[in-house]
Amino acid sequence: MALSWHIRWDPIRCGAHGYCAEILPERITLDDWGFPIVSSEPVGSELEELARRAVAQCPLLALKLERRSDGGH
Amino acid sequence: MDVLDASNLRGRGGAGFPTGRKWRSVAAGSRGDAVVVVNLAEGEPASFKDRTLGALRPHLILDGAALAVESVAASRAIVYVGREHSAAREALRFAAGERRRLNRDECGFEIVDAPARYVAGETSALVNRLNGGPAKPTMTPPRPHQVGVLGRPTLIQNAETLAHVALIARYGADWFRQVGTVESPGTALVTVLGAVVRPSVIEVDRGATVGEVIDAAGGLVRAAQAVLLGGYFGTWVPANEAWSLRLEDQELASHGTSLGCGVVMVLPTTSCGVAESARILRYLAGESAGQCGPCVFGLDWIASAMERAALGRTDRSDRDRLVRWAGQVSHRGACHHPDGAVRLLNSALRVFEGDLALHLVRQPCRSSRVASTILPPAPGRTEWH
Repeated sequence: MALSWHIRWDPIRCGAHGYCAEILPERITLDDWGFPIVSSEPVGSELEELARRAVAQCPLLALKLERRSDGGH
Repeated sequence: MDVLDASNLRGRGGAGFPTGRKWRSVAAGSRGDAVVVVNLAEGEPASFKDRTLGALRPHLILDGAALAVESVAASRAIVYVGREHSAAREALRFAAGERRRLNRDECGFEIVDAPARYVAGETSALVNRLNGGPAKPTMTPPRPHQVGVLGRPTLIQNAETLAHVALIARYGADWFRQVGTVESPGTALVTVLGAVVRPSVIEVDRGATVGEVIDAAGGLVRAAQAVLLGGYFGTWVPANEAWSLRLEDQELASHGTSLGCGVVMVLPTTSCGVAESARILRYLAGESAGQCGPCVFGLDWIASAMERAALGRTDRSDRDRLVRWAGQVSHRGACHHPDGAVRLLNSALRVFEGDLALHLVRQPCRSSRVASTILPPAPGRTEWH
């Protein structure tokens, strides 16, 4: 199974600051209340740098970049 | 555990996970220090089966739990009982005391109160509470069978399931499979309520139809419009479709529903499905643990839109909003609370489609303005500890 980078969102930590969606709109949009909707699509190498920045910018550490097989959890 | 596998028993708390497989996964990680928890939180206001069983047959549940302690190599056993279920709690406390006196070899049972909150029986919330925290869900993994109470592998089993385990141990897997169907063997405890003559908890054959179950509760007091199957996380099914439906997993699944926690609630033609759904959704919104944004805000907005629809103070765009919010709330919480609420909402949008269309053009039915409800009263909310 091919491993790729995926963004994992922790809804308990999240405070809807929304920086992640500003930085990585290709994979993260906001719902009607400002909480991120993270695409299940893997983060390819062209987006990896932006994804790292989105994760790092979250003031509540609610995002993680993790390596896992496509489509799995 | 081989006998459990052969019996094909599945959990009766709502999720329906195969019991034998669950025990094996706990046993695999146990070094003689696993924890067994009897889950009798029964936070669902429409379900009375576990509290009734606990009050009337406490030893049967504890027999099953004692077998679990042995099979998964546990050193602690806890009975987690809803704070408001006082008859069940006292019966179980008394029974646990008798066993301590008469059977000193058995690991003793501690009784712990579950806060009167809908999600208190959710497995990660249960573990959180037994570890000294609030009865609020946590992020998984790790799952309780790996890292649970005191950090140990933990088997959490619904009370009714353990009673079936005790009977299977006594009479065998073949005996258990004599009733019910091949895929859904045995009997089930169901709570029948709403527009029936005798609202009650009944033990039924898994092959019985919804109509037969309602007859067993004395039949209808009024013509039925729809049936809520599986409790507040369940689904509305139109009465004509529900009547011949057997309480068997595959047949229920093919109709987009499931037995869930065993609730069969009859909505009479004199009640409004939109209004009753709004009441359930408002209750579920208030029972959010308040941790995940989409659940906190989404369920409140969904409940408000349904309430506006029930009163006819809205327009067609509210239906589109409900559909959009259902999509935005689904699978976006740490636990399945929002998913359960959305399941109920989606079935209401389907089954009461015609009613809702009229409500949305400001022609609510008369019964939606009546304050009475078929829903049982919800317990007063307690703190999370």
